[in-house]
Amino acid sequence: MNAYNFAYLDEQTKRMIRRALLKGLAIPGYQVPFASREMPMPYGWGTGGVQVSAAVLTPEDTFKVIDQGADDTTNAVSIRTFFQRTAGVATTTVTHDATVIQTRHRIPEEALGEGQILVYQVPIPEPLRFLEPRESETRKMHSLEEYGLMHVKLYEDISRHGHIATSYAYPVKVEGRYVMDPSPIPKFDNPKLGDMAAIQLFGAGREQRIYALPPYTQVVSLDFEDHPFEATKADHPCGMCGAQDSYLDELIIDDAGGRMFVCSDTDYCEARQAAGHKGKDAA
Amino acid sequence: MYVAVKGGERAIENAHAWLAEERRGNTDIAELGIAQIREQLSLAVNRVMAEGSLYDPDLAALAIKQARGDLIEAIFLIRAYRTTLPRFGASEPVDTGAMACDRRISATFKDLPGGQVLGPTFDYTHRLLDFKLAADGDVPEAPARAAETGDVPHVTGFLNREGLIEEARHDDTPPRDLTREPLEMPADRPLRLQALTRADEGFTLGLAYSTQRGYGRNHAFVGELRIGAVPVEMDIPELGFAIEIGEVTLTECETVNQFTGSKTEPPQFTRGYGLVFGQTERKAISMALVDRALRWEELGEDNVGAPAQDAEFVLYHADNIQATGFLEHIKLPHYVDFQSELELVRKLRREAGVDQVQEAAE
Repeated sequence: MNAYNFAYLDEQTKRMIRRALLKGLAIPGYQVPFASREMPMPYGWGTGGVQVSAAVLTPEDTFKVIDQGADDTTNAVSIRTFFQRTAGVATTTVTHDATVIQTRHRIPEEALGEGQILVYQVPIPEPLRFLEPRESETRKMHSLEEYGLMHVKLYEDISRHGHIATSYAYPVKVEGRYVMDPSPIPKFDNPKLGDMAAIQLFGAGREQRIYALPPYTQVVSLDFEDHPFEATKADHPCGMCGAQDSYLDELIIDDAGGRMFVCSDTDYCEARQAAGHKGKDAA
Repeated sequence: MYVAVKGGERAIENAHAWLAEERRGNTDIAELGIAQIREQLSLAVNRVMAEGSLYDPDLAALAIKQARGDLIEAIFLIRAYRTTLPRFGASEPVDTGAMACDRRISATFKDLPGGQVLGPTFDYTHRLLDFKLAADGDVPEAPARAAETGDVPHVTGFLNREGLIEEARHDDTPPRDLTREPLEMPADRPLRLQALTRADEGFTLGLAYSTQRGYGRNHAFVGELRIGAVPVEMDIPELGFAIEIGEVTLTECETVNQFTGSKTEPPQFTRGYGLVFGQTERKAISMALVDRALRWEELGEDNVGAPAQDAEFVLYHADNIQATGFLEHIKLPHYVDFQSELELVRKLRREAGVDQVQEAAE
């Protein structure tokens, strides 16, 4: 792959992306427009995250990719292979060994530390998009801090269902200013967004937006005093490692619709099993 | 007993190997050459060049071969390739008045300087399957005569002389570059035209057709449609002047649209414009109609709420590479989001008092 620059993108493009990242870090939660490039993988498949990773990776980095919490889902494999080929960086599945982690739809269970970067793939960066389809309108709403519509939506959920009917991509407010879409992570992961030691970078390729959370940023999930935010997960322990505190995938294991629950974070689950923890379904 | 799903890597490799085999098809049949695609499927090549925004018939033919004839996939290959190419600079604006026209027709004037030239068109063919083509491909030689030399004036220029058509304002401001800057609204006309020339042909056609059927009607005449090669000139800083670096075939469509006047503009004909790489006239005409529909604001027309008048709607959804990527991404795993939705729906059902028969199966 010598025909391409380190980490695929040319240096001019990386510089443009880094500028957007720095701006994003300076204004946490603000969506910075950037000139997203066509990547050799389809829009909607992590091109935003891939461009951000390409802009921050150095030859000394150790790179981890997860999709839905797992290192071995096909698209995670594909993105990891892409950077192995184009950047030749070391890769790992071990969360605390990685310096850059690209993720889709999850935050690892293990707390991240300083010196680590978490790169999110973002499909729709605009938290107000499904309330107002026009970009020209939503940008105005952000600049005027006009978030009433979002609160009305959450309130309508409560009046109709008794609670807020958003279970993933649950909107947050950053440092009391910008309402931000945390990407489609389950709301179980929302509490990890705030006060995190690692840098969090969000890339939306098709929508041409970058935003960021510097370390130890205040991030609050939107709620009401009498309807406080609640992080939820399936009310089971992991069938493989017995963890009570991890986010679980539900699997159908036989024709009768029998189910079991396992950690969505494969590294977390494997590490616990290696340490001797055993769930009720483990061999 | 559940075993964690492993082997994504091997599955991908094997899928790629199978794909390569399927692409080649039955090896008893001769393999398709790039030159064959370039010469005999040239309209497909043209579409890939136009929507891929890269004028290179050989690369487009290669992309079509690699994509097994899936043109959007081929366009994607070309787009992903073109982003890696260095930019040496920009050409001078091409002069379509100096086009060596293969085809040039006007629907507004029966005859005009430069004449009507039908050119290689399907227009008046009877759409009957030619079974002879299945047997042999020999074609009789087409009659030829010496080409007309000299510039072919634009039809709209004749109307302009009488002041019957809006003046096309001359503007030397360098246009924004859609491929180097994020698309931001409001988009001016040069940016809209850039987006439309690489827009999906089907989407553009559908929008253009919708204006003809009344969703933002602006009755269009094809003032002129011309197809042919134009020289491309580039200013070379070391030389201090522009030199010809090659030529490209273009399709240009100028529509003349009815306009009874508005608060700000007098009654006059108005313009829609389409310019596309290659012989791509369906696309160029569609582009001109959509361009005209998007101009409602500057012409002081009413926004009747038609999709083709809505620049955000049109520009954010016209790119087939963006659209197909996002559409097809729903094939990717969504276990996590789906799981959180499962929890939510179960909770809502519990609260609504719906019996949870499924719980018994656990």
